Amino acid sequence: MSTVLTPVVEVPAPARPGAGLPGRAWAWAWPKLLAIGLVLAVWEALVWTGWRPEYVLPGPATVLAALAEMLGTPKFWQAVATTLTRAVIGFAVALVVGTLVGILVARIRPLRLAVGALITGLQTMPSISWFPLAILLFGLNERAIMFVVVLGAAPSIANGVISGIDHVPPAFTRLGRVLGAGPLAQYRFITLPAALPAYVAGLTQGWAFAWRSLMAGELLVIIAGRPSLGANLEFARQFSQADRLLATMLVVLVIGMVVDGVFAAASRRIRRRWGLSEA
Amino acid sequence: MTGAVVDLREEELPAGSAAPVALAVRGASRVFPTPRGPVHALAGVDLSVAHGEFVAVVGASGCGKSTLLNLVADLDRATSGTVERADRVSLMFQDATLLPWLSARSNVELALRLRGVARAERRLEAERLLALVRLHGAADRHPHELSGGMRQRVALARCLAQGTRIVAMDEPLGALDAMTRDHLHDEIERIASEQRLTILFVTHNMREAVRLADRVVLMAHGRIIHEQVVGLPRPRVMDSAEVATRAADLTARLRSSEGAA
Repeated sequence: MSTVLTPVVEVPAPARPGAGLPGRAWAWAWPKLLAIGLVLAVWEALVWTGWRPEYVLPGPATVLAALAEMLGTPKFWQAVATTLTRAVIGFAVALVVGTLVGILVARIRPLRLAVGALITGLQTMPSISWFPLAILLFGLNERAIMFVVVLGAAPSIANGVISGIDHVPPAFTRLGRVLGAGPLAQYRFITLPAALPAYVAGLTQGWAFAWRSLMAGELLVIIAGRPSLGANLEFARQFSQADRLLATMLVVLVIGMVVDGVFAAASRRIRRRWGLSEA
Repeated sequence: MTGAVVDLREEELPAGSAAPVALAVRGASRVFPTPRGPVHALAGVDLSVAHGEFVAVVGASGCGKSTLLNLVADLDRATSGTVERADRVSLMFQDATLLPWLSARSNVELALRLRGVARAERRLEAERLLALVRLHGAADRHPHELSGGMRQRVALARCLAQGTRIVAMDEPLGALDAMTRDHLHDEIERIASEQRLTILFVTHNMREAVRLADRVVLMAHGRIIHEQVVGLPRPRVMDSAEVATRAADLTARLRSSEGAA
């Protein structure tokens, strides 16, 4: 069953400043709703042209129905739980490793000369290229996935720390000395807080890389009896369930966006606090 | 001894004796090596400041006044000569240099904390200092929510939080508009006398120097070229005839010696 979705053509005027909460919520929401409407319309139009048969490229309504059905099954939630657990643990390990490496590299000059460029190199390297090695080292199991997720996320986090520390205004460092801060206090009260915005930027990027690496890992390393979003994608492809495949992709997209939104909110909060942005 | 810092605290004279010295710079030189040869930022400066005295240092940019301030505040060492101080010296910068992630109160509290003041006392002491600079209503605001003048008030409170009565000020009012600056002149004068501060105040504004200082020191090319006790009765007004005349006289002296060198 497929319903025709027409794009929203009525474009309301942006809310006037001071139009109250509903006005601001609408001002925030309408461009997004419009964009979603347009995407759905283009998607539906593409299905309509008959470019690919419906069992390969189902329309939005079919996919949303499949999504609704999926959301009602415990197996789906089990898969989400597995994937999110991996994401959280992998990101947490990357956070600790990346932060420590970042601080050490920023602080110790020979270490920076030795591995500074390497960290950036690792950051550019597609993490999926680590998987063959990870599978050889650890086998087809959780540890292989973790290894690649951490390798994917940690360099961005480390680079965030390094650039944050590098860009602490010299006036703040001088102030620390005037206030009589020793090296440790200088770090704790001046350097690290000053590096926070760059650190959060590194975390945001680290999360994006962790999430990508995790999906790649779940596609390649499928563990029997442990459903995951990546494994669901792979199974849906193997059984030609295009509607479930696309529905799962939507879930992957939404989770990625929600977590990114959390980081963006943290970053906005910091910027507002520092007076770097209005409102 | 080269570039030594001698602690005068032990030799401090008993109260009541004639003006003990808070700061003494003796024969201080500072040479910066550069690719194009050494630059003599300071060339044998002698300056002593008595406890409770307000000394203004005036000179064109590049005359060595900031270098002198850095030596006095222990941020830099003299190439030769000595700097002696009766206590630590706190420093107030041209831009307030408040930490943007901390509220006004927390900025002051950080100075107290780094000085080892116990947590329980910090809050009260910060309140007291912010009240002293007439900012207690704005304690919870972040620096970007404060005007330029208010930021310098916080910076002054933080200076006082360092628990020393010797304060070096590096053109602290240079970036403010005239009206805000006049207000802060009154405040600095009031606080300096209430707290019996010793102040070394660097500025390029001669009238400001005459308005505030007990003694004006003129610098050019890394040397002190003239010193003069101001001696005008307080309170002084920056736009008054006496201040203007004295400032014009001092400016003429500074110009002539800058040209001579």
